[in-house]
Amino acid sequence: MEKLVVIGAGMASGRMLEHLTEAGAPYQITLFNAEPRGNYNRIMLSPVLSGEKTYEEIVTHDDAWYAKRGITTRFGEHVVGIDRARKVVVGQRGEVAYDRLVIATGSAPFMIPVAGRDLPGVVAYRDLDDTNTMIAAARPGAEAVVIGGGLLGLEAAAGLQMRGMKVTVIHLMGHLMERQLDASAGHLLQKTLEARGITVHCKGATKAILGEKRAEAVLLEDGTVYGADLVVMAVGIRPETRLANDAGIEVERGITVDDRMLTSDPAIFALGECVEHRGQLFGLVAPLYDQAKVLAATLMGADAAFQPVQTATKLKVTGCDLFSAGDFAEGPGREDIVFRDPGRGLYKRLVLEGDRLVGAVMYGDTADGNWFFGLIKDRTDISEMRETLIFGPAFQGGATVDPMAAVAALPPDAEICGCNGVCKGRIMEAVAGGADTLDKIRATTKASNSCGTCTGLVQQVMALTLGEAPAEAPAGMCGCTDLSHEDVRRLIKSRGLKSMPAVMQECGWTTPDGCAKCRPALNYYLLSDWPLDYRDDRQARFVNERNHANIQKDGSYSVVPRMWGGVTTPAELRAIADAAEKYDVPMVKVTGGQRIDLLGVRKEDLPAIWADLNAAGMVSGHAYSKGLRTVKTCVGKEFCRFGTQDSTGLGVRLEKLMWGSWTPHKVKLGVSGCPRNCAEATCKDIGVVCVDSGFQISVAGAAGMEVRETELLATVATEDEAVELIAAFTQAYRENARYLDRAYKWVAKVGLDWVKAQVVDDLENRRALSDRFDLSQSVYRKDPWAEHAKPGARDEFAPLADMQLEAAE
Amino acid sequence: MTNWIDIAALVDIPVQGARLIRARTGCVALFRTHDDRVFALDDRCPHKGGPLSEGIVAGHTVACPLHAWVFDLNTGRAQGADAGTVATYPARIENGRVLVGSAIINRRPAPVPAG
Ligand code: SRM
Ligand SMILES: Cc1cc2nc3c(=O)[nH]c(=O)nc-3n(C[C@H](O)[C@H](O)[C@H](O)COP(=O)(O)OP(=O)(O)OC[C@H]3O[C@@H](n4cnc5c(N)ncnc54)[C@H](O)[C@@H]3O)c2cc1C
Ligand code: SF4
Ligand code: FES
Repeated sequence: MEKLVVIGAGMASGRMLEHLTEAGAPYQITLFNAEPRGNYNRIMLSPVLSGEKTYEEIVTHDDAWYAKRGITTRFGEHVVGIDRARKVVVGQRGEVAYDRLVIATGSAPFMIPVAGRDLPGVVAYRDLDDTNTMIAAARPGAEAVVIGGGLLGLEAAAGLQMRGMKVTVIHLMGHLMERQLDASAGHLLQKTLEARGITVHCKGATKAILGEKRAEAVLLEDGTVYGADLVVMAVGIRPETRLANDAGIEVERGITVDDRMLTSDPAIFALGECVEHRGQLFGLVAPLYDQAKVLAATLMGADAAFQPVQTATKLKVTGCDLFSAGDFAEGPGREDIVFRDPGRGLYKRLVLEGDRLVGAVMYGDTADGNWFFGLIKDRTDISEMRETLIFGPAFQGGATVDPMAAVAALPPDAEICGCNGVCKGRIMEAVAGGADTLDKIRATTKASNSCGTCTGLVQQVMALTLGEAPAEAPAGMCGCTDLSHEDVRRLIKSRGLKSMPAVMQECGWTTPDGCAKCRPALNYYLLSDWPLDYRDDRQARFVNERNHANIQKDGSYSVVPRMWGGVTTPAELRAIADAAEKYDVPMVKVTGGQRIDLLGVRKEDLPAIWADLNAAGMVSGHAYSKGLRTVKTCVGKEFCRFGTQDSTGLGVRLEKLMWGSWTPHKVKLGVSGCPRNCAEATCKDIGVVCVDSGFQISVAGAAGMEVRETELLATVATEDEAVELIAAFTQAYRENARYLDRAYKWVAKVGLDWVKAQVVDDLENRRALSDRFDLSQSVYRKDPWAEHAKPGARDEFAPLADMQLEAAE
Repeated sequence: MTNWIDIAALVDIPVQGARLIRARTGCVALFRTHDDRVFALDDRCPHKGGPLSEGIVAGHTVACPLHAWVFDLNTGRAQGADAGTVATYPARIENGRVLVGSAIINRRPAPVPAG
């Protein structure tokens, strides 16, 4: 009989041995395993960890199984070498000769190379021993940190949490399980885990594991420290190829195999996570079982070829219902169908390519997952059921379903608006009672008045009842949503939405990650409404705000340092002159905003020129921002013979108060010392004209594409009052205006009287607005230049790689 | 066969952002999208030469920072009413590293922008 040696008693080789022995293949088999046990169902380690199953329940092959099939087992013994010339396998306890050899060594967990990773208390999550170490460490109340928010990490986190530990998950990427889920599903998953008491820290890079004799805490790059009695590293795996490498068998990332699972050596085969097949690696069992079938056939001399199939992922954490299959990246000719039900926390996304379904991600309700997976695998033509595809198999009646007919068929007590519990009959009654526009329906029934995702359905019910489409369709803020800017702002506040994926999910966005129109707007709304919670998203910002400089038509930038109230000093001028020379600035220009512009600076020089200007005491002038720009002043009573108040001083004070603030559009101020108005204060967003008795504050002016004179808001007696009123007006504008509406547009929409009621007449409200402005400024009144000029932060401004000297091939 | 050049770690490119590779005949923008895919395109808008690496990335598109033409990162083609194509290069991720096809070294100069 031929001698078959198998290295590794894992899930892949286990299945292969089942096929081989069932068919009675004439081999004398020796099975090595480094673990001191035979094959068990590795994927069920998570239920063992959580206590839902015992190890005994997940054993697939016990001693009797091997004995009955005459398989010689050498468990707990590492294979340390393969001598291909002599055709022997070298185990720790001696050699075994082979005629054919199967390498099935699986993969090894990847340990990130940080200080402290070798401390006791730091474990990977791969086998039963790891699981037992974790179970032993899981004293109720003890702290665990899981590094890695992928499938394995989350299963570990949930298991440890079920054993009473206080668990934190550190994840490098922006959302959990980013390889299987998009941001929306990731957001829902994070919400579920957090609701169970698991802390989730995304965008967290581990810097070190701290501790003297054993792990005590985990330190992140951003300075956060989490206490940890146990650290689980679950950041990824790499194929276990060491034996093959040493033996000189062809290895790329994994051991290279052909369709028959044959390696570069005609007597050696490989299967499982240790292989690479046509450039592809494997991390889930389904394709490995196919490999097992193919290899068993090959070993029995039959013709078989391995073809990787699509895989689907589920997370084995009770209560986290998610499903992901196929390829859900966008691409040319690909379209998304997105369905969200914020009320029930549902999210489904289908990715279509032509008439085929190529990918599916769902969260909350995965009952139809396998049906979709079937459509993907079978490449079913879905054009007939496209309209109703996302609702699953229950809605596929054969004939094409007309959405209107579907609505018509609903009984009167069918719920249309989930948020407000409004049924179809109620809407029909309201229409019959004269509510013929969406606004009237919202006012009378409250339907579509909350999250707005039922708006389409409400309109269909109205159209059915009216016999025609209702008068107006609401203008969505962009192609990603039917909700208006105002609706979205309202929902962000009323629902406490504090991240972009949260807004997109809870407001039913129809795209996975928004577009270039809505992302900057959402970023502004979030930072304006939640100054303490929300972190600005640079990638959602237009180039000028991302790079804190104005891009020029040739790709260079202009640099405008702040010159408070237009006042400068010889030292500042000297520093500006030095910088202009040092960085070869092609043009130095006095702006229309009373300061100096250095035009034509190279992007990679920006951090350095900023550092030089910072060193001379200057900060960013935000000449690029939807935020406070300049406060123009005139000389005022200190010098001017007509001046009534210290207009320069007030201008400087206002600029020092308001700089760095973000607003829906840019905000410019002017302060003139007398009605001669040399600072042109009456064509600014906010203008102050000083008079003998005090300060005339007027708002809503502009002198750009439209020229507008300001309108008087109020006259106040003291500088302090003037400052508070201006801060309150600015905050009211920040909280209520839609993104990209300049103050004059916003005031025209809400009416000057409304504004006066908010900030002039209601003193308490004025104070509250001004306090909220201060709170926000406690976060945002800082110099972005100084931050980006810090040595570590400069890299982003430099190219990632320079290939100019790379030899042409 | 594509020869791959290891450029950098994936984490060096911000999600929904881009970084530049400077090549002999101009720059290539290396994008990373929300779903952690990478794309390499000439950093030059066919409209008036805008640096695409500075655009806003959404889905698998980028909006040029100068006049907001939107390009599909897969094909380099302008979307909607605008006509124009940006050269694309193979790019992929392997073990957290970003690899780009060596074609970027020998790329021909980008065509002179029209208009
Ligand atoms: C540098 C400067 C011109 C100058 O050399 O003087 C300037 C330059 C630009 N202005 Fe301005 N504006 C400048 C003062 C003004 C003024 C005068 C003023 O502030 O007293 C106005 C009219 C007043 C007003 O804003 O109402 C002005 C009205 C505009 C507008 C029209 C705004 C509107 O609501 O109608 C735009 C377009 C926009 O913002 O959307 C604009 C946009 C621009 C941009 C940012 C265009 C762009 O997006 O690239 C220009 C950047 C040029 C560059 O490459 O740096 N600029 N711009 C001035 C900078 C002032 C500063 O120190 O920060
Ligand atoms: C906690 C957990 C949960 C998972 N959940 C899922 C899931 O839900 N769905 C899914 O599809 N997949 C899941 N997986 C992945 C799945 O378990 C693997 O894809 C599968 O086990 C790989 O099979 P394999 O035979 O290639 O390797 P393994 O099962 O890892 O077996 C390899 C064996 O080889 C041994 N070995 C290695 N080197 C040597 C040597 N030199 N000498 C002797 N023996 C050696 C090892 O000790 C090991 O026992 C999960 C994995 C883990 C760890
Ligand atoms: S008016 Fe303003 S936007 Fe127009 S060219 Fe001059 S600086 Fe540029
Ligand atoms: S240069 Fe890109 S859109 Fe004009």
